[in-house]
Amino acid sequence: MALIQLQGITKYYEMGSQVVKALDGIDIEVLKNDYLAFIGSSGSGKSTMLNILGCLDKPTDGQYHLNGTNVENLDQNELSEIRNKEIGFIFQSFNLLPRANALGNVMQPLIYRNIGLKQRKQVAMEALERVGLGDRTDHLPNQLSGGQRQRVAIARALVTHPSILLADEPTGNLDSRTTIEIMQLFDELHAEGHTLIVVTHEDEIAQHCQRIVEMKDGKIFNDQVVEKGTAELTS
Amino acid sequence: MFFALIESSRSALMSIFAHRLRSFLTTLGIIIGVASVIAVISVTQGMSAFIGETFASLGTNSLTIQSYTPFEDQMKGIRARLTPDDLELIERRADGIASITPILYANRSSQIKYGSQTAFSQIMGTTYAYQDVAQSYTQAGRFLAQSDNLTRRRIAVIGEDVRENLSLPENPINEYVEIGGEWFKIVGLLDSMGDIMGMSRDDIVLVPYATMVSLQGNQARTDIQIQLSLSESAELEDVTTQLSTLLRNAHNLGSDEDDDFRIQTAEQLMEEFNQIIGMVTVVIGGIVGISLLVGGIGIMNIMLVSVTERTREIGICKAIGAKRHHILMQFLIEALLLSLLGGLIGLATGFGLGTLIANTIPGFPPASIPFWAIALALGFSGFVGVLFGILPAAKAANLDPIDALRYE
Ligand SMILES: Nc1ncnc2c1ncn2[C@@H]1O[C@H](COP(=O)(O)OP(=O)(O)O)[C@@H](O)[C@H]1O
Ligand SMILES: [Mg+2]
Repeated sequence: MALIQLQGITKYYEMGSQVVKALDGIDIEVLKNDYLAFIGSSGSGKSTMLNILGCLDKPTDGQYHLNGTNVENLDQNELSEIRNKEIGFIFQSFNLLPRANALGNVMQPLIYRNIGLKQRKQVAMEALERVGLGDRTDHLPNQLSGGQRQRVAIARALVTHPSILLADEPTGNLDSRTTIEIMQLFDELHAEGHTLIVVTHEDEIAQHCQRIVEMKDGKIFNDQVVEKGTAELTS
Repeated sequence: MFFALIESSRSALMSIFAHRLRSFLTTLGIIIGVASVIAVISVTQGMSAFIGETFASLGTNSLTIQSYTPFEDQMKGIRARLTPDDLELIERRADGIASITPILYANRSSQIKYGSQTAFSQIMGTTYAYQDVAQSYTQAGRFLAQSDNLTRRRIAVIGEDVRENLSLPENPINEYVEIGGEWFKIVGLLDSMGDIMGMSRDDIVLVPYATMVSLQGNQARTDIQIQLSLSESAELEDVTTQLSTLLRNAHNLGSDEDDDFRIQTAEQLMEEFNQIIGMVTVVIGGIVGISLLVGGIGIMNIMLVSVTERTREIGICKAIGAKRHHILMQFLIEALLLSLLGGLIGLATGFGLGTLIANTIPGFPPASIPFWAIALALGFSGFVGVLFGILPAAKAANLDPIDALRYE
């Protein structure tokens, strides 16, 4: 069974008298261990799509099944729990807690699972070591480089062992060399069995993925599977 | 729930200490409120404990009668008086009295001189019975005797402070002092009695009653005080009613007229004192209530600012799984801890202030805070924190995650 199943998903914004159709009838299925990229020009609805997939936002209409659960009828607290258990978010602007150090940021989602401090520290350390930041645990976000910050964010997304990792333009704020490092990390995570969905407007990023979904004006325009390794990232 | 509480306290403390100065300024209202109430309570508590002890030592079986003129009558120039006739009447007619003595205060100058030294003291004319009534004995020389009164002798018994103030020798007996232009021989030095409320009880000069009367000249205006002690079997209540009836008759008071005298017991004095202290406490309580309210509004204000500032953080927390109660708890506990910290600082400041006041005024009893005052201060400031923290915390908890994340 599909990990994610969308049927007729729409998201409308009413701006004064006119209606913006950010998503306009989306049907898509994502399988376990998929490595999927949403591409498309700015304003095509990619972020809206990702927010709905991540249960941050609710669709205007349509059905969304995540791991067999219909998320339509869940309230805010239940959605929080789904986000905590099933979803790992990676944002373009990192979205780290500014006053907590790297370890604190990675431990944060575990607080909402009622995991004690000692175990939190241990699990978070493992996640930080996984992304290669085992020696930066007590740095505050503003004491880290962009690439390091994004690694902390990835560790935070990984630490709860979610079903899906959602990344919205994860390399948008990074230089090209760091971009390669982050994408290599994504490739490894995919190889380890994670399900990854990446939003990007850069073809080079999309080429890392195994499935590329192109969006245009809130609709799916093209959905194709690519052979792994056919594309090389140019730096 | 308990887990969430610990985690919220942890992060609340972190953000309080991250903004140390702001947190301090925010809680200033609470600090001032609690400090002032604790200062006042610690001083008045020390005071009333002390007063209790002092009045107990005064004895509960002594009475003072003095004239009383209502304020309106004073304005009209009317003056109630207690006369030697009243004293005689009571001596003859009242039962249950062990000792009784008149007291006549020097009405012009209470100046006393020895050599080149001049001092002011409480100079009163009284009789040998004063010794029993006031439980005041001599450490050197003798007390006033009955014969002193009959012959209007110019002699005086003085308190320890008077001796010091006038630089009299260690043994002042047979020295001469000048009171109201007349020479008095010192015949006795009183035991030291300590002081009440910073007022010395050793700063007194006793002369024979009749001597004082003759010094004052105008007999028609003599207004004396009467002090008496009860015999062992007598009931305070009975004696008081009896005295009241006697004096009302003697002063020809109709049934619709008020007493023109006051009968006071040590206990009554204590009660009056406690009433004053109670009133002060209520007034201060009101002021504190207002300042805690202001302090609470200050906390609410800064918490609202803090919620707005941290909108994005709240969005991040919600995105990674924070539920409403996690956010609510965090901000509520932050408000609670802020005001509790304020309460604690206020407590320490208030006690320090109380101690300072008690130590600066000589003879003032040491400050003390009863346990209930600590509980009240902390309980109240905690309550204020929760009360005024709810609105900002609810505002934070109800933020939509996607809106909060987009907030710039
Ligand atoms: N909160 C919002 N209010 C109004 N319009 C919005 C809002 N969020 C997104 N949109 C509109 O929806 C469309 C899709 O936006 P978005 O999903 O952010 O595009 P992308 O991420 O592909 O650039 C855009 O036209 C945008 O203006
Ligand atoms: Mg976008």
